[in-house]
Amino acid sequence: MTAGPKKLDARALRADFPIFLQEIHGKPLAYLDSANSSQKPRQVLDTMTTFYETSYANVHRAVHVLGERATAGLEGAREKVRAFLNAPDVREVIFVRNATEALNLVAYSWAGNNLGPGDAVVVTQLEHHSNFVPWQYIAKRNGAEFRMLPLDDQGDVDYSGLDEVAQDCNVKVVATNLVSNSLGTIADLAPIVRWAHDQGAIFVCDAAQAAPHMRVDVQALDCDFLAVSGHKMCGPSGIGALWGRGDLLRAMEPFLLGGHMISSVTYEKTTWGELPHKFEAGTSPIVEAVGLGAAVDYLEAAGLDAIEAYEHELVAYALGRLGEIPGITLYGPPAERRAGIVSFNLDGIHPHDVAQILDQEGVAIRAGHHCCQPVMQKLGVPATNRASFYLYTLPEEIDQLAEGLYAVHKVFA
Amino acid sequence: MNEFEQMYREVILDHYKNPRGHGTLEHADAEAEGQNPLCGDEVSIYVAFGEDGETIDEVKFSGRGCAISQAATSMLTEMVQGRTATEVAVLDKDELLAEIGIPLTPVRLKCAVLGLTTLKVALHKAKGTPLPDGLAGFDELELT
Repeated sequence: MTAGPKKLDARALRADFPIFLQEIHGKPLAYLDSANSSQKPRQVLDTMTTFYETSYANVHRAVHVLGERATAGLEGAREKVRAFLNAPDVREVIFVRNATEALNLVAYSWAGNNLGPGDAVVVTQLEHHSNFVPWQYIAKRNGAEFRMLPLDDQGDVDYSGLDEVAQDCNVKVVATNLVSNSLGTIADLAPIVRWAHDQGAIFVCDAAQAAPHMRVDVQALDCDFLAVSGHKMCGPSGIGALWGRGDLLRAMEPFLLGGHMISSVTYEKTTWGELPHKFEAGTSPIVEAVGLGAAVDYLEAAGLDAIEAYEHELVAYALGRLGEIPGITLYGPPAERRAGIVSFNLDGIHPHDVAQILDQEGVAIRAGHHCCQPVMQKLGVPATNRASFYLYTLPEEIDQLAEGLYAVHKVFA
Repeated sequence: MNEFEQMYREVILDHYKNPRGHGTLEHADAEAEGQNPLCGDEVSIYVAFGEDGETIDEVKFSGRGCAISQAATSMLTEMVQGRTATEVAVLDKDELLAEIGIPLTPVRLKCAVLGLTTLKVALHKAKGTPLPDGLAGFDELELT
């Protein structure tokens, strides 16, 4: 463990997660699929239940006391997310369903109205489809260029083609992740953010895989937009957040239209509401937002730096244990440059078969392309196995995974 | 045998490791490619008809994917040999599933029928036979 203000006690934290009270196929549950979606602590679940039982009503509109409580709960959660991301202004925090919706919002409302022929959007080959497909689509729709920075043979983004892109076209958007969901790579974004701003482009950060595992600071990153998903960070599904720079958000057209996002409506004309309401049409996922607020409290109490340090430890341990397995190929950077994600393949055995046999051993991993088909194309495989860790992961779960892989070998021997 | 042992029962592993009808046909009368993007299974099917232009004389497949998808396609090549395009176009997937003979979760069911669905698409392209009714239920599959 690297020196830090706080050391993480995974065993104590794990007791907060009711999901681990069960066995799977008669074995203890080794849940190594947290990058897919994390489990939820009792603190989050209880907060949501209590809110439904004592404080639920629709927000913003009701005059009655429950409406006030519900509004206070939603706006209190927004302030927690603001502090979590070190955003300058709480009105810049937009609640959305997930990071995908956040990125679509920026793609449609900003890029959709600012891109034209001769302009370009730049992404990397390491993006999740959620930070790839919307840009590809909007660029094409607007007659703009869509450019992808390729991965090198080490699986790192090759930035060397950037200036060539800038010669060809007017770069308007650069969109990359902070942590890769397929390889776990933690990106050093400072140079590309600087480069983007030098081109006069906006920088959009997909932090869905970063925010659960390390301190994310929108001001330190100097990004223009940043997207997170609640369900990957101990919060409920159906809630995420977009942070955007206030001046950009104010100048943007809305994304979804309807109730709540308006200032005034007449037959002739509708005017938009103030931030954040302009981007929150319809009834919000109120209790999900409150649950996300509780998740932020939970992560802050555990300590983001402590979580990151602990995951580095787990990754180093996993790379050692899995490295002993015959016929294994491990993908991704060294432990110190990655969040708690280990992607691998067993020679000649499809990941679906690996994952199915592991399931019988009580081990839950993800098998597939991880919504990263361009990464799989670079690796030259249709899919990988991915084990991913979180603040409740124990080393013995990684042992259980390693034992399970020997069981896989036995079946296919 | 429990459910799990059945899933990887000997015959499945045998077809996976020693696939029947594995390869390509250079002058195929019908061919199609199928992919299951959920798990990256890929199957290409090649069909040669007999002199009547209707009876399946030879079926080959190439591809890569999980044991279930590849073994099921291997079994399929044996199953359809000597049948007509019209017969195979309406071949019930349950007949193939019975041959596979193992319980399949909904996710793995898509692996199991990839080869059959791809074959029906190949026949449709070459002979205009009907596409499988069940195709609607497998719209995650990419078929060309």
